[in-house]
Amino acid sequence: MSELLQHAFNGLVNGSFYALLALGLSVIFGMLGVVNFAHGAFYMLGAFGAFILLSEANLGFWPALVIVPLVLGGLGMGLERVLVRRLVALDPLYNFLLTFGLTLILQDLLRMKYGSQAQPYPQPAGLGGSLNLGLFDYPAYQVFVLGFSVLVSLGAWLLLARTRIGMIVRAATERPELTRALGINVGRWISPVFGVGIALAGLSGVLAAPMRAVSPLMGADLIILVFAVVVIGGLGSIFGSVAAGFLIGMLQALGNVYVPGLATTSVFIVMAIVLLWRPAGLFGREETAV
Amino acid sequence: MRRNLIPAISALAVVSLLAACGGGAGGPSGGGGKISDDKIVLGVLNDQTGIYSELSGPNAVKAVQMAVDDFKAKHADDAVTKNIEVVVADHQNKPEIANTKAQEMYDRQKADIILDVPTSSAALAVAGVALAKKKLYINISGATTELTGDKCNKYTFHWAYDTYMLANGTGTTVTEAGAKKWYIVYPDYAFGQDMKKSFTAAIQAAGGQVVGEKASEFPNTSGDFSSQLLQAPAAKPDVLGTMHAGGELVNLVKQYNQFKLKDKGIALSVGLMFITDIHSLGPDALAGTKFTDAWYWNFDKQNRDWADKFKEKTGSRPSFAHAANYSAAMNYLEAVQAAGTDASDDVVKNLEGKEINDVFLRHGKVRAEDHSVIHDVYLAEVKPKSEVKEDYDYEKILTTIPADKAFKPLSENTCKMG
Repeated sequence: MSELLQHAFNGLVNGSFYALLALGLSVIFGMLGVVNFAHGAFYMLGAFGAFILLSEANLGFWPALVIVPLVLGGLGMGLERVLVRRLVALDPLYNFLLTFGLTLILQDLLRMKYGSQAQPYPQPAGLGGSLNLGLFDYPAYQVFVLGFSVLVSLGAWLLLARTRIGMIVRAATERPELTRALGINVGRWISPVFGVGIALAGLSGVLAAPMRAVSPLMGADLIILVFAVVVIGGLGSIFGSVAAGFLIGMLQALGNVYVPGLATTSVFIVMAIVLLWRPAGLFGREETAV
Repeated sequence: MRRNLIPAISALAVVSLLAACGGGAGGPSGGGGKISDDKIVLGVLNDQTGIYSELSGPNAVKAVQMAVDDFKAKHADDAVTKNIEVVVADHQNKPEIANTKAQEMYDRQKADIILDVPTSSAALAVAGVALAKKKLYINISGATTELTGDKCNKYTFHWAYDTYMLANGTGTTVTEAGAKKWYIVYPDYAFGQDMKKSFTAAIQAAGGQVVGEKASEFPNTSGDFSSQLLQAPAAKPDVLGTMHAGGELVNLVKQYNQFKLKDKGIALSVGLMFITDIHSLGPDALAGTKFTDAWYWNFDKQNRDWADKFKEKTGSRPSFAHAANYSAAMNYLEAVQAAGTDASDDVVKNLEGKEINDVFLRHGKVRAEDHSVIHDVYLAEVKPKSEVKEDYDYEKILTTIPADKAFKPLSENTCKMG
């Protein structure tokens, strides 16, 4: 029993990354209608950001956890202003291609500088030990990752559901013309929202650095799964992506124990079933007209 | 409009997943080219940008170029030809691309020999091309014993290491040192399965037992190994043997450390490790881990001198694959020099049975029976950070495993040279 719980817990930790990444994707999609394929690349940049801060400026995990998302968020806003905005009015595929191309460029730039070998990154100070969780011991860092991402997800939900900013963003997401007609400057909010989405990807990258191989392709492997998560949760649904993130993490972890070899495939099987049963995803709503 | 995107994205996700797993058609096949006698062309076919590009990759090409330069300097005016060229291709670790590129190299680029070729499946594909074209092929970075076993052929040589040598070195020594109970985790594809089989045999022969084994998906897209690691303690092993390579090894070792398996009395043993992997993880993450190394740059003065020259050219220290590429290229050129021609059959005859001592091979011998190049290999241990005195000074060599004990004995070999 305690073993099963432990595996489920693994799944939740793994799901933390899916949840944070899916959350960023969803926020961006909800506001701009842009499918950001470069999300995995920004996750990778987050991990590399932490590595670069450590090796160049000797700044450890904790400063990186603040600095890297801020820098990447700024970068994201710039990207939205300079490139993404120009393509929003066109077919969504244009932005899809833009962000896909961006992914390739970012990956290759880092590969030219650092090679494809993984870069070293140590455990953050103070989180090297393990915690007793009653039934079993678990690495403190993994517990922190889970707690932290739950807090971030909750924070994002509170921001969107309980504040005026959130109200504007939600209104602008669902009925941009109507919101504009009510005298709200929708355009003003697009850049920051895109930035926040990118910052979330960067944040998950920093969190991943101590427990994953920091290499230029680390995001490319993961992003495919995250797309499946977003589709299962419901494209554009904030709660849906977070819930599906944790759910898929658990599914994969338990799959690894009981049907190894099919763990990743099972995610796509679930995706197919969900699409047949609820085409808008588990928590997505059928949109009437856009 | 947005709703239509959902199926598009789902489809795209699935397609990219499939693409990541390989696929694609084989290439065209050309006719056998004539060997051009005014020029020797050495082809290096390996991974130029992917996961194996650090352990061999572009720096292996530089090592081969070093061999060409040294050969020219040594023989000056009496060299068979001064016209020696090195060509490169990227096989992206995919057998079908390796197959096409190898044909291109032999036919269009007039390569007389192909070197390196990491990734076992790609390595075997090129062996088939070499046989069909009757051109030389010296594999260095591929690990499979089949190159010199069931799939051996007259034109294919295997220079540096194989799964038998790794399992025999690490599996036997660690078991004999007292770690009788093994828990093996391995990636679920040809290399991992081959390694698991070889290790299991070596462990049992040394009086140990495998108390548990767990496959992981390959490629492991989530990078998560916690379920494999967490199932280990229940089997009460003395040692956890991982057969993962490259980035997956890095992921697994990070998580092994985080789950504190060492404190639970489960030591770590790594099936295949390159010095570039130790560099990625940092020596502390691996301190005390024992593994079999085919060559170490800081082993003696001869190695170190060569490593210094390598560093001048590349800025980093060589992995054993780099040194082996140099050695293979050099010995090929010497064989051409001795034979006075680059005709494949003559060069093969010259190489067969040759005993070689050079910067890479100690007590080296090119076995004529199966074309396995045997040599002394080393049981190494990763130093703790406190003992690392300079960059890449990560290994302590514990013992030398003599050439005749390190590789698969001929009596067990299934090679029938056609």
